[in-house]
Formats: sequence, C-alpha cells, structure tokens
Amino acid sequence: MRTTPLASAIPAQLGKHGVLLALALLILFGWLRYDNFLGSYNVLSLLRYNSMFALVALGMCFVIMTGGIDLSVGSTAALGSVVAALLSPYGAIPGLLGGMAAGSVIGLLNGLIVTRLGILPFITTLATMLAASGTALLLADNQSVSVSYETAFTDLGQGDFLGFPIPAWIALVAYLAGSLILNFTAFGRHVLAVGGGEDAARLMGLPVDRVKLVVYAASGTLAGLAGVILAAQFGAGQPIEGVGWELFAIASVVVGGTLLTGGLGSVGATLAGVLLLGLIFNILNFENGLGWISLSAYWQSVIRGAFLLLVVILQAKLTAREDEAPA
Amino acid sequence: MAEALRLRAPAPRTEALGLLRRYGAVTALALLVLFNLAFTPNFATLQTLNVNLTQVCTIVIVAVGMTLVIATGGIDLSVGSLMAIAGALAPLIFLGKLLPLPHPLVGIALAFVIPILVSGAFGWFNGWLITRFRIQPIVGTLVLFIAGRGIAQVLTNGNLQVFKVPEFQFIGLGRMLGIPFQAILMLVIVGLATWALRRTVFGREILAVGGNERAARLSGIPVGRVKRRVYLISGLCAGLAGLIVIAINSAADANLIGLGMELDAIAAVAVGGTLLTGGSATVLGTLLGALIIQLVRYTLLANGVPDAAALVVKAGIIVLAVWLQRQGRA
Amino acid sequence: MGQPPLLSMRDIDKYFAGVQALARASLEVGRGEVHGLIGQNGAGKSTMIKILTGYVHRDGGEILFDGNLVSFASPQEAQANGIATIYQEINLVPYRSVTENICLGRERRRMGLLDWRAMHREAKELLARFGIAIDVRRPLSSFNTATQQMVAIARAIGFDARLVIMDEPTSSLHDQEVEVLFEVIRQLKAAGVSVIFVSHKLDELYAVCDRVTIMRDGRTVKVADMRDLTKLDLVTTMLGRAVAQAAGRQARTGSADASGEKLLEVEHLALGRRVRDVDLEVRAGEIVGLAGLLGSGRSETAQVVFGALKPEAGEIRVKGAPAAFAEPADAIRAGIGFCSEDRKYEGIVPEMSVRENLTLALLPHLAKAGVVDEARQREIVDRFIARLGIKCASPEQKIRELSGGNQQKVLLARWLCMNPKLLLLDEPTRGIDVGAKAEILGLVRELAAEGLGVLLISSELEELTQSSDRIFVLRDGRTVAELAGEAIAEPAIMHAMAHGEAVRQEEAAHG
Repeated sequence: MRTTPLASAIPAQLGKHGVLLALALLILFGWLRYDNFLGSYNVLSLLRYNSMFALVALGMCFVIMTGGIDLSVGSTAALGSVVAALLSPYGAIPGLLGGMAAGSVIGLLNGLIVTRLGILPFITTLATMLAASGTALLLADNQSVSVSYETAFTDLGQGDFLGFPIPAWIALVAYLAGSLILNFTAFGRHVLAVGGGEDAARLMGLPVDRVKLVVYAASGTLAGLAGVILAAQFGAGQPIEGVGWELFAIASVVVGGTLLTGGLGSVGATLAGVLLLGLIFNILNFENGLGWISLSAYWQSVIRGAFLLLVVILQAKLTAREDEAPA
Repeated sequence: MAEALRLRAPAPRTEALGLLRRYGAVTALALLVLFNLAFTPNFATLQTLNVNLTQVCTIVIVAVGMTLVIATGGIDLSVGSLMAIAGALAPLIFLGKLLPLPHPLVGIALAFVIPILVSGAFGWFNGWLITRFRIQPIVGTLVLFIAGRGIAQVLTNGNLQVFKVPEFQFIGLGRMLGIPFQAILMLVIVGLATWALRRTVFGREILAVGGNERAARLSGIPVGRVKRRVYLISGLCAGLAGLIVIAINSAADANLIGLGMELDAIAAVAVGGTLLTGGSATVLGTLLGALIIQLVRYTLLANGVPDAAALVVKAGIIVLAVWLQRQGRA
Repeated sequence: MGQPPLLSMRDIDKYFAGVQALARASLEVGRGEVHGLIGQNGAGKSTMIKILTGYVHRDGGEILFDGNLVSFASPQEAQANGIATIYQEINLVPYRSVTENICLGRERRRMGLLDWRAMHREAKELLARFGIAIDVRRPLSSFNTATQQMVAIARAIGFDARLVIMDEPTSSLHDQEVEVLFEVIRQLKAAGVSVIFVSHKLDELYAVCDRVTIMRDGRTVKVADMRDLTKLDLVTTMLGRAVAQAAGRQARTGSADASGEKLLEVEHLALGRRVRDVDLEVRAGEIVGLAGLLGSGRSETAQVVFGALKPEAGEIRVKGAPAAFAEPADAIRAGIGFCSEDRKYEGIVPEMSVRENLTLALLPHLAKAGVVDEARQREIVDRFIARLGIKCASPEQKIRELSGGNQQKVLLARWLCMNPKLLLLDEPTRGIDVGAKAEILGLVRELAAEGLGVLLISSELEELTQSSDRIFVLRDGRTVAELAGEAIAEPAIMHAMAHGEAVRQEEAAHG
C-alpha cells in the first residue's frame, strides 16, 4: 500500500481540475469561434435544459461515492414528473413536494433493499427502475399528463428569477448544499469513508447502513425534483422520459473524476462533468450553424463516449501506477 | 482435526431454500403455465406459443451472451447499442448504400455477416478495455453504451430505413416446420452455449475465472483471453439480435433498436439463477428466466392487467429471485 | 507492580464449528507495559485478540479490564472503552485526509458544521506527540506505510485508548521506519498506555517488549520477562519442541539422490521487503524443505518461482536454463506445479465440482478441438481419487462441500495429473486432520522417490525434518542456513531461525 505522494495525488487533482480545464477550453473555443456563444440566450437555455441532468447527477455522485450505483434515477424522474403534473392544479408547491416525495419513496426503497436484504445496488436499482417506470405509466394512464397552466407550477421549469432560470437556481442551490454537506458535515465525510473502505468505516464505528440509506433516499429525491422540472419545463408529466438518464449521470460523475469504486469524489467536478457533456451538444449545434461542415446531432453521443473513454483510461492508468508500487 | 468434527447437516430451512433456488425457475414457469391453462382463454394454442416465443427470442439471444459475461464476474451494458449498430448497418449493406453490389444476394449475405462481425469486434473492444486497463466492466461497457448508439445514428443520420427484402427478413419472419425461424435460432444458440459451458475447455475456463480468478490464474488459465472472448461473444449475440429486430419490423431505426435491452437481458439472467458475482451460470436458466418474465407479462395482459403493472411485478420478481439466491447460499 | 493489571483474560475457551480453538488460554497485560504475543499460525493469537475486541464471542472464561469484568459486543464498543487495534492491513480510509482518519467518528462541530480548523489542529497535535510533522490535509494514501501506522496510532490515542493492540505492525516497514515505530511505542509506554505487540520477528520483541506470552495449539504455554528468555527458548517454546527431545532425526526412508538433475536453482532473489536475498536449489527426486518463521519470505519465494509475482532482482534457473516466468501458465508449461497456502482464495474454485477442480490445470491437454474428452477426464479423476484416497460423495460433488484435507488432496491431484517435474507446496498440511496429513506427506515422499522434485514449505519442524532431504532456512527474507543429511535436526533449524547465523555444516561450500 505504499504510494509515492505524487502518484496518488494525481488522479484526484487531475480528475478535479482536468474536467474544469476541459470545460474552460471548450468554452474558450466556443467563444472564439462562434458569435453569441456566450450570449445570454444560449447560456441561459443551456443551463435551463441541463439543470435536470445536474440534479440527477448530484444524487448519483453521492451514491457512487459510497461505492454504490443507482440505475433507477431516470424512471424515478419520470415518476416524479407524472406525480408533479397530476398535482400541479393544486399549485406549484404541492406539485414540487409531491414529485420529490415520489422520488423519495423509490430512493428509500432502494436504500432498504440494499441495506436490509443485502442485494447488490446494481440489481436492486435495476428492479426499482422497472417498478418506478410501471408506477409512472399506471398513474399517467400510459400517456403524458398535461400540467395545469392555471397555477404557477410551470414557473418551476420555465420561469426566471433575477434574470436567471428558476431550474438553474434550484440546481445551483442543490449543488451548494451538496458541496456544503460533503465538505462540512460529519455525514458528508462518512459518505466518503464508507466508499473508501466499508470494513474500515465499520471498524471506525461509523453508521454505515444509515449512510447508505440516506444517500439512496437523497438520490431518489433529487431525481424526483428533476422530474418536477421536466414536467414544468415541457408542460407535461412524461412517464416514458428518463430512459438512459442514469447512464448519462454516471458518465458525468465519472468524467468529473469521481471514482466508481467510491471513496473519492467532488460535487463541483460532477457539475462540471454535466456541463461538459451538455456543452458538446451545444457546440455541435453552433458548428453546424457555421455551415462549413454538417455534423449531425448524433455525433454528440459518439463524442461523449470518446470523452468517457479518455477519462476512464487516464484514471485506470494512474491508479494502476499506484498498484504497481512495491507492497 | 478440524474436519472430523465439522457439523455437516444443513438446516432444513436452508435446504428448502436451496431446492427453491435450484428448481425455483422451473417451478415458477410450471405454475405460470398451469395458471394460464386454467384461467386464460385460448392459452393452449400454437398461436400463443409463437407470440410468446417471438417476444423473448431477441432477449434470450442477447441474454445468452450476457450469461457468459456475467459468469466471468463481468457485465455488458453495451448490448443494446451494439444491436443498434448491427441493425443500422445491415440495411445500408443490402440496400447498396454502403458499397456497390454485384448481385442482390451478395448484399444479403454480406448484410448477415458484416454487421455481426462489426458488433463482435466492438464486443472484443469492451473486453480489451476491461482486461488491458483493468477497468470495471460497468464503466468499460458504459463507453460503448453511450457511443455505440451514436455510431448507429451517425451511420444512418438518424433516419428510419424502411425495406422489404424477404430473403433477409426470413431471419425474423420466416418459419421452418411452422416454427418461427428466430425461435429455432434462439434454441440453437441456447443449446450451443449450454453445451459449450458444460463440455468445452473454454466453458470450464469461464466458470473458473468467475468462480475464483486468482485460483484460475495460478492454474494456468489465460484469464484475460477468456474475458475478451466472452465480451466478443456477447457482441456477436447482440449483433444477431439486432438483425432479427429489424427483420421483424421491416425497418431500422437506430434510435430505438435494442433500447433498454441490456436491462432486460440482465433481468433474465438474474431470474434464471445465474450468480451475478460470477462462477456459476446456467444458460437454460436464462432461457427460463426470460420465459418467466415474458409469461408473467402475458398472463397479466391476457387477464386485463395493464402492461405498466406488469413492470412493477417484474421488479418484484427480480428482487425476489436474487434474494432467494442469497438465502440459498447463506 | 502493586496495581492490578490493566488487562487480564483468564481461562478463555473458544470453539469454531465444534473445534476447540482456544483452551483455557490466558493473557495478562500490566499498566504501561509492552507485552509481546507470539505463536504459530493457528496457535490462537488472533482469536484471543478478536475475543478481546468483541469481534468474536468467547465460549468460556472471563475478561477483566481495568479491574472490571467486561464483555464487548463489537469493536466499536471496545474502542469506546479504551481498547484500540492497529490491524496488519491498516484499517483506515486511504483516500481521506489524515485529519479525517484521525477524527472520523468524533468530529468537531461549530454551529452544526464541521470545524475543520479545530480538527486539523487536533490531528497535528496528536501527531506532534510522536515527533511527526506532516500536512494533515493531504490524503492518507500519499504517505508511506509507517506514517499511516502513526496516524492509526494517533487515532487510537485520540480516542483515549489505554490499550493499543498492534498486529504485526512491522511487516511492511523499512528498518528506519521500524525504529520510528519503536520510539512511538516507548512514548506510549511512558504515557502509561499499554501495548500488545504481535510479531514474529524475534529481534523486535526483544527491542520493545517487557514481557511475552507464548501461545501454542490454543493454549498459553509460557509467560515470561523478555530478559529471562533466550531466543532459542522462545522459538522452541513456540514450536513446542524441546531441544533435547528433538535432537534425533527419524531417518527418511528412501535416501536422497544427491546426483539428481538440478531442477531449480534460485540465487539472490529479491522482492520488496519480504524477499531480500534468497538462495535455494531443488534436484530431481529430492524433497527440499523451506523453513522460516511467518513473514520470512517463504511463500513469496515460491510465488516468484511460479511466475505469480515478479522478482526485482536475482536469478532463477530451471533445469540449468535461466527462467523468468511472466505468468503461472509459463511455469506450468515448464513442468512446475504450485499449491498455495491459501486454499480458499488461491486454490479451490468453490462452485465447481471435484472433477472440474481436479482437472483445471490439465484442461488444455484433455481437449480434442476444444471439447473436453470427458471419458478421459473421468478416467483420470477416478484414478486420482482412488490413488489419493479422496473422500467425496462423487466426482460431481462441489469442492466446497469437502473437508479441508480432501480439498487439499484434490488440489494436489490437480498438479499430479499434469505429471510435473517440480512441485512447490506451500503449507500443504495446514488445517488438515492428522490422518490426512500423514497420507499427504507419505504421498509426497512416494512421488519424490519416483523422481519428482519437491519444494516443501512448512511451519511444522517435525514435518520438515521427517520429509526433507535438504532444508533451507529463511530469516527476514534471507537464506541463512542450508542443512542436509545428518545435519537436519530441529535444534539446528531453530538455531538458524533464532539467530540468523548459519550453523553451516561441512558442506556449506554451496553458496
């Protein structure tokens, strides 16, 4: 386990700062190359759209830091959007709370199955993904549920506050809270300790099962919140949305330098990961707008995959170097 | 002295659970069939059999590859995307958009061979990534899960490709002796994989790697090569399934082919009783697992329960099956 | 010592699945005392410690800590009561900062949020007590093992530990790091903290311990002041062999074929801290014993020869030709087999049948176009089940259902069916009942008589002296003695283990 100080410091630093650097370069590139790239319309719509993914990725980040995984976030968001849409006639607040509560239920269920029944997180959340999706379809009667425009509910997705999209405010507050919790509460440190070595954490007397339960519940709640924004932004609860969100969220977290084995992670870098992957799509649009080349929007997945590949290989190479140090 | 005194009689409870684990899938399937015979109208018809078989064929074919991957202790999230690549590629070939064809039949032959080989090559790439850089299989295959569908979409520019080529579509629509050809393919693949797992050196190596990787390495088994091959096979299976799907639909839509397939396949494997931690696998179980999931859905639908509720039931079945596995081993 | 001792464990009994692991064992540690605890594998040291720290529950006896009867339900409870354990594998969280590793579980808060400044200060102060000044904000993994251990100790002190248990703390430390650790132990002692020090390195015991408890076969066989105990006494007591009693060696039937072909030659082999300078040699038809205390580098040496670990220096020759196996598969092709000491993690494939486990290495040879020739496989399996007397319901029984002795026979058969030239056996009789042990050793001798070369690693001197034609003794990763013929005797081996000087005999010319 002997590691040279340098070798082990690199993955963390590179993960954290590498993604920020890449993000900065991409923004610089866009600013130099395209008109209006940093114009308020582009920036605000980018933030508005990606705030849902940011919320889901935040929950995923915490789950992954404990060494787990949550595949149910996509359909939980769909469920949240349906519940919120159904409750939207009663006002923005009932819609908001209802959507989040639906997410919490799925999250708690995940946490309970993982800690009490001892089933692998991968399988547990795979199953609850189906359950959430089924419940959403049942509640929505297999179609999208229009939200009420009578109340202020749609503001949650479409409104602005101080000239800044409300969903982006929500995501911002969530990330600030997440960062605060991770860095300045005992719970946050316990999350990282559990992921860094579950046995060690148990021997240290940390409440391992409770930490896991809370983390899954939080992930579910955030997914529910993302669903609320989805419904408010597109004017309908969408029971079939959210397919593939979970893997997109995992990719954002990994690109942000969080180790999938747990124990190491950063909330800020996860946000940067989300924005980076979102920006790739944005830049593609601008590039096509220039008219010199015509790359279809479909290239975004390919480029995202390539980014993920690069990050994963870099991470693996750096951690492998650590392992090779004589024990 | 330790051995002489070891108590060896298992408690009745664990024994019962062990039996349930071993024969649970068969029992569940039998009960489902009995239930349907009693309550579902027109159940005992060839029609019903064919409907159910065609629904599970692609899942089972993909799940066979997945079973082998999981038997080594891995997982393959990219199967759905690889199906999309194969499915997008085939029409491009037999419609002559990719390369000039001397004869339509040549195009059809190539449309079978090339997509499956390409999909297999991507599968091998998964294995290479996982063994060369020691990346966790979830992350390693996540790369192609994301990029793979993009590649398929780029190939077709996201357009729907509609076609009517009976010679090609035989793979999805044809019948032999009244049995859907795809079902025959499925059974052949299940049989072949079952046989390979039991009888071939490769099969034993797969189980040894998943059962105890260190011991396998110390016994001279080429662990990396075995892993690369199972991902290759998973890729080949996904490619074939992709061709069947587009043949059935008479259309290829890169956005939809194989969407969510990775999870269906994993669910079938889990319900079938293959250990998700590796080392013990049953291809027949996977077939049964897929049939159970399908039959539950069919039963619920045939008895007026909405499809959505079937999803919730499916979730319950997965959790129950895996939980039973754990109990049986505890 | 007028005061009652800090810790007193008396008449501790423990059974695992009906087998007695501890029999009226005892352990007493005084206040501010550094107490050595030593014994072979399976002697009961770790069970004793696990009972004390609440990891497992005792079946009999009592524990007095600070004069009170105690019975801890969990390590956390033991920790809360002032007993801290520094495990061999350091049980901290490597990616987290030093501060966190010291303070996790009793975080400082200010207005509900973590007070990092206070925690950093506390961590710094605790480490400063041991003369260590490091950046406590950096992740633990960025420091060397010794520092990590200091952090673990600082954590223990931070929890007001009055008894610190150190389980082989020096096994992965450099010499100078060991010195730092000893200094810390002395400081703990000066501060009135007691230490239980588990180690197999005799010099270390003498360097820091006041007293020592020696355990064997689940019993406490001796408690003595370090000053009153010679190294030879220590070794003989631990191994349970009186020097006088063990003087005569029962001659091995079938004399060594000294002229046999040199199968394996190892020179100046080195790997990390475990293997520093190992020489050995095995000839065809010869059983060569490899003796040494735990941690002396025996297993690592075998693993390097087999290609499972890569050496940093030294030369290995197989049949006279230089050999550097990159993978075990290469060694297997060269006719070498290896039974790991860790049956469970490196031997059996638990879910597979006896038949599959037995033929695992042979598979490629059993194949016709990739398909296993099951008739031949069954024939071979049946032959070896009969020859080795493997007791199983059928060849299809899962190996995990077999007893340890029968599992070992299957693993032995896994190599024997390969018809190897050289077999490396690492503790082949560990955890196996007496009858099976004798059978396995008899079989090994039989095979050697047929021309097989065997490298036998064992912690049991009797086993070594009775089976070996030649014995190499390792101490702290170095070959310190080679014994052959009449020179093979338990006192000579123990002398070499204890003092590290070769009592090299006339034929010590070999180098």
